[in-house]
Amino acid sequence: MSIEVNGKKVEWVKNETVEKLLKRMKYTFPLVVVKINDKVVPRKDFSYVKIPDKSTVAVIHMISGG
Amino acid sequence: MGKGQIPTEEYETRNTKHKWDYKKIKQAHRIVFKYSFKKGKVERGYANRTLYINLSSKEIKEKKVTEEMKDKFTGGRGFGLKLLWDSIKPTTRWNSDENELIITTGPLCGTTQYPGSGKSLCLTVSPSTDIICDSNVGGFVGPYLKFAGFDAIEIQGKAKHDVVILIDGEKGKVLIETAPLEETNTHQLNEQLTKMYASEDTDNSRQKVSVVSSGKGAENSYWGCLNFSFYDIRRKVPRVKQAGRGGLGTVLRDKKIKAIVVKVEKVSGISNNPADPETLAKIGTKLHREIRDLDRYQCNMRAVGTAHLVEIMDEYDLLPTENYRFGSFPKASKIYSPEFYKHFTKIIPDGCWHGCTMACSKTVDGFTVMTGPYKGQKVTVDGPEYETVGCGSNMSIWDPLWILEFNFYCDTYGLDTISTGTAIAFYMEMYEYGILNKGRCDNLELCFGNYEAVLDLLHRIARGDNGEFIKVASKGIRRVKDWLIKKDWGDKDLIEDCGMESKGLEYSEYVTKESLAMQGGYGLTLKGPQHDEAWLIFMDMVNNAIPTFKDKAEALHYFPMWRTWFGLNGLCKLPWNDIEPANNAETDDPTKVPEHVQNYVDYQKAMTGKKITKEDLILQSERCYNFQRAMNVWMGRGRRKDDWIPYRSMGPVTKMEYISRKDRYDKYITEKIGISEKDIEKMNINEKMKLLYDFRQDQYQKLADAVYYRRGWTPNGVPTPQKMKQLGMNDSKMLKILQDEIDKDEKAGLNVWGGKYKKGEELPSIHPNYWKKW
Repeated sequence: MSIEVNGKKVEWVKNETVEKLLKRMKYTFPLVVVKINDKVVPRKDFSYVKIPDKSTVAVIHMISGG
Repeated sequence: MGKGQIPTEEYETRNTKHKWDYKKIKQAHRIVFKYSFKKGKVERGYANRTLYINLSSKEIKEKKVTEEMKDKFTGGRGFGLKLLWDSIKPTTRWNSDENELIITTGPLCGTTQYPGSGKSLCLTVSPSTDIICDSNVGGFVGPYLKFAGFDAIEIQGKAKHDVVILIDGEKGKVLIETAPLEETNTHQLNEQLTKMYASEDTDNSRQKVSVVSSGKGAENSYWGCLNFSFYDIRRKVPRVKQAGRGGLGTVLRDKKIKAIVVKVEKVSGISNNPADPETLAKIGTKLHREIRDLDRYQCNMRAVGTAHLVEIMDEYDLLPTENYRFGSFPKASKIYSPEFYKHFTKIIPDGCWHGCTMACSKTVDGFTVMTGPYKGQKVTVDGPEYETVGCGSNMSIWDPLWILEFNFYCDTYGLDTISTGTAIAFYMEMYEYGILNKGRCDNLELCFGNYEAVLDLLHRIARGDNGEFIKVASKGIRRVKDWLIKKDWGDKDLIEDCGMESKGLEYSEYVTKESLAMQGGYGLTLKGPQHDEAWLIFMDMVNNAIPTFKDKAEALHYFPMWRTWFGLNGLCKLPWNDIEPANNAETDDPTKVPEHVQNYVDYQKAMTGKKITKEDLILQSERCYNFQRAMNVWMGRGRRKDDWIPYRSMGPVTKMEYISRKDRYDKYITEKIGISEKDIEKMNINEKMKLLYDFRQDQYQKLADAVYYRRGWTPNGVPTPQKMKQLGMNDSKMLKILQDEIDKDEKAGLNVWGGKYKKGEELPSIHPNYWKKW
């Protein structure tokens, strides 16, 4: 059982929310866009939307650099 | 008014007040030569003429800006390239009499309705790289130059004695005056000149004066920056922004220019005389609101400026530490942006041009200087920006006050913080390895973290110290590498791999080891490793959005072209993607910020009245980008070998670096090189490092192949005559040069792919002479 996060295969954790996944991946940057199977998850829903098994997750860091 | 704030009219910087004998200083001035010009009117963003000054032949003249020049070069950096092409030779070096110092504006420069519209672009043949270097800068000089009547100023030749160049837009005069008694260092010189050249003794009058200066450090190093002033009417001090990269300040002082002073009669919301002021106001208002409402939830630029990046870079292992050996450090939280926020003056808006709501130019007022000639004085420190804090980290300096001290002295001595900090970090690493030592460093104990030695080095450079190390160190990493190798003080490969320069220019402050695309963003560039062409680290390394060579090449085509466009127009890049519309995430390509791209299409259209599409913006850039690369070729550079980058930017040079990220590198070898975990266990560290070294070097060459192909260049990185013609750049002299150089490369067998492709691996093109058909 696994999911794909930013193109990398990652173990799927039952009942894991978006918020918890970001923590596990050490994605601490606050300004991220999260898409699960191409569907945007609103930021306000990060704490309760769960990641389904076999899903493709894109965590787009909206950072611009210098 | 917020808690703790006071009315701005009651604000005092508490800076040390100086008393100078202005009468005596003015009496020492002698007019060397002068020129009168008819005051003009800016039409649709253009003054339609440039100003040429030759300090050797004492000639001043105006040059007409033609419609063809606007069509091909747009403005700003494009105009600078055109003026240089017409004036210098391929053999021109930074201190040649014919080298020019050019300051340009751009059609959108000086707009007060749209944030980030006050940038100037400065160009010269760089002492660090021997090719053209461009550097952008805020402050009032660019807008004032245009409103005084000129789209650009071009200065050739050298004065015999220190001079001030006055461009007086009030009286329509250009004066070249000797200036023997003024200070040279920026913070004092700016105070003197702003007061002396103001028409009246009022703050409003002082605000109409803007100064370009450098300092004693620029005279004695290759790191000279230009400081562009903007008089802060609330603080009652002239503040500065820097055109930092490539030694522009060194060229200024070599020409014996102490300062360029630009005076303007007035500035208003319609000084640019836009074709469609209503649309301009509408899109500007929209962005102002966006910044006001969203910045605090996004980058927080209004509170801490670009320093907000420090903590992010540290958390993602990208903050350069100990000369880029590592990307994070346990002590790094001591220099996170909240630590600087404590020192920033918070009651006053901080825009470096009127109407910029982003207002990211942060300032520490009343800073007590701890060392050197101004020890004990209280001064205003402009910054620090992210890059300067990153220099602190790179030198292992974890005290915000010492970073502010470094920032202040670099600015006032006219030294680029980036080149200075990156170079010293390299010297420190060499010191750690014993390749340098106290004796070889003219008695400086230049070990990591020794901030007193860092400041001592700056003071000694500014004093013109004749020590062998001081003299060579002030010329930058490339010269020090050659010096160390010549002296046979250390392993050549180690020295070459650790010194973070490419083309002779020092790197800016990002660790790129795990982002191949960003390695290209530093190496496959025109002037050298500065992040203003492309910043792809997150897109590549974290988002994994550009996994293939083709994807990376596309990004290394689009983003450099897009970012170049800001420099053609006199704009700051920050309001493009350091603030994003609330619904940006839902767009097709959020990294490009499509709504803001459309803003810029509408903005240029509203200013110039021309029909423009978003594709046209890229075309404008592509013309100038290729022209600059072609000029590099003309000057004997601009080839694959010149796009070389040091291995420290690709991977671990030392065992310590490998061991510190062992899991990451072992995993990489398994996943990317295909060595099984079992076999890795059997390998020693030297074997693993060698494997990684060879693989990553090859990856970089394959990236170069893909990028050159995407850009329409030969496999040796030369823009072809066919490509130039396709872009509408038909200068016959340039086309002939390019063809001749391509023929020479062909004879030498250099028009071949650089990567080692295995069977089944995709080449950028199966036709090795693909460019001939373009």
